[in-house]
Amino acid sequence: MENLFAFVVGGLYATALFMMLRRSVVKLVIGLIILSNAANLLIFTSGGLVRGAPPLIPEGLYQPVGAIADPLPQALILTAIVISFGVLAFAVVLIHRAYEVIGADDVNEMKSTDS
Amino acid sequence: MKAEVIIPILIPMLAGALCLTCWRWRLVQRWISVLSGAGLLVASLVLLHKVQHDGIQVAYMGSWPAPYGITLVADLLSAIMVVVTGVIGLAVAVYSLATMTRSHEAFGYYPLLHLMLAGVTGAFLTGDIFNLYVWFEILLIASFGLMILGGERAQMEGAIKYVTLNLISSAMFLTAVGLLYGYAGTLNMADLAVKLNGPEQSGLVTVIAMLFLVAFGIKAAAFPLFFWLPASYHTPPVAISAVFAGLLTKVGVYALYRVFSLIFVQDTDFTHGTVLMAMGIFTMVTGVLGAAAQFEVRRILSFHIISQIGYMLVGLALFTPLAVAGGVFYIFHHIIVKTNLFLVSGVMYRYHGSYDLSRLGGLYRSAPWLAALFMVPAMSLAGLPPLSGFFAKFTVIKAGVLEGHWLMVAMALIVGLLTLYSMVKIWAEAFWKGLPDEAKPLRGQQDPHLYVLYGPIVVLALITLTIGFGAEWFVQLAMATAEQLLSPAGYIEAVLGGSQ
Repeated sequence: MENLFAFVVGGLYATALFMMLRRSVVKLVIGLIILSNAANLLIFTSGGLVRGAPPLIPEGLYQPVGAIADPLPQALILTAIVISFGVLAFAVVLIHRAYEVIGADDVNEMKSTDS
Repeated sequence: MKAEVIIPILIPMLAGALCLTCWRWRLVQRWISVLSGAGLLVASLVLLHKVQHDGIQVAYMGSWPAPYGITLVADLLSAIMVVVTGVIGLAVAVYSLATMTRSHEAFGYYPLLHLMLAGVTGAFLTGDIFNLYVWFEILLIASFGLMILGGERAQMEGAIKYVTLNLISSAMFLTAVGLLYGYAGTLNMADLAVKLNGPEQSGLVTVIAMLFLVAFGIKAAAFPLFFWLPASYHTPPVAISAVFAGLLTKVGVYALYRVFSLIFVQDTDFTHGTVLMAMGIFTMVTGVLGAAAQFEVRRILSFHIISQIGYMLVGLALFTPLAVAGGVFYIFHHIIVKTNLFLVSGVMYRYHGSYDLSRLGGLYRSAPWLAALFMVPAMSLAGLPPLSGFFAKFTVIKAGVLEGHWLMVAMALIVGLLTLYSMVKIWAEAFWKGLPDEAKPLRGQQDPHLYVLYGPIVVLALITLTIGFGAEWFVQLAMATAEQLLSPAGYIEAVLGGSQ
């Protein structure tokens, strides 16, 4: 299972980089979306994958019995997903607005502030 | 529960929320904004006093002991940074009373400003590395909003670069956090310091350290990751540029100081001595060369941010008590000076309606006080005695001499000269030479709000002078901070001691 996830994460990073290196701003944002999801999956994988074992402690005990899934990576990913969703929503609005103001989708047209 | 540690985060956050509820009453928003700036300053001074007298302050959120819950930790470095945030927050809140136009205010300038300040103080005070990521995102999304306020073409172009680079840096930060959690099984910084500094650590730790270095290096605008900064920082209204220039890059520098003094000290020869040192020297040199080539006031100032970040990195890279103290001194001196320079450039714009040096001139005659006020931060930035910048540069360079790192010393001195050159360039062009014929006529004197603009500039200049003339006290404070950073046992004990 970990091997499969490793390939998926690597593939997502590669796709994200490829998309971000295109000249179109829309593709740039798609690349960013994929990149943030790749990072989330990486946390999930490196936190350890356990299938069908909720982190519950039986009544009357202080420690879980047997193997459990680590709840912390899931909490981290949940936070990260919410944050990246908000930020990317902003990015989508930004490129829409930028397209209206600049009139182009090409990053080569956006060099007037470079020095 | 230590209230002192939480209040500096709560004040701007509540102010931001209140401003949102008063969306239509802009006058109310202004008052809330100034009051919360003052409140933040007072609360941060209380925190600094408490930390100086009672040691490191720790607050456990939800009463979950470390390393399980989220902890807020205020050591000397955090407390100093929060105090400077308070100073800048108040200064910019007052300055924006007269510079923000109706439409900027109507689109939520004050809520965004305060949420950004809340993110900055949160990032300074947190003791948990994932929490640091969350605070970074809070300050980033607020700064994205501030960056495009007004919606001009240049702002859009700058914002696309700013947003993209910061999102890449965030993704890298998150990747590093994931790998770190997989390796150590904890995210509390003090706990990480214990777990990662035992005997026999694999090379993976250094790999993770380098990932963090790149992530924070982008946010701190270090070489070779700084190109988003001069492309974006001069585009928003000047009050926003000022707070960005002063605070935001320094959050990245603070994060580097935190993780590279507390967590990643396994292989200091490589991480500090080689990588950080090279990064620092190149940042100093490329930044100042960029500044020397520019002819627009705010672009010159933007490139100077980069160059000064180099001095801070070099201070961390030498990793001796004196060098780290110099770096810390540099951080708080630079935040105040750089914000002040941007505020001065805003007044220059008020007089002649331009930031371009070829269209400016004659300000020495028309605004002699502005000329005097410009000289204080400009000469401090260049490092002339007895201003604050001299002591900052002197401490870093002295540490370099003691370590025998002559290349760094030589570069720091040359960069200091070039800084002086570009400050003199602004002086000669904007203040000294006559007004060019095609320039717009003077309009500053009819401006009824000018005294509001001068207020924060005078106060920040006075702080610069105070740091310069009372350098002894500030150097002592920086030395104490460096001691605390270089012996993390006290930090670990303060955070984890409560739970055992």
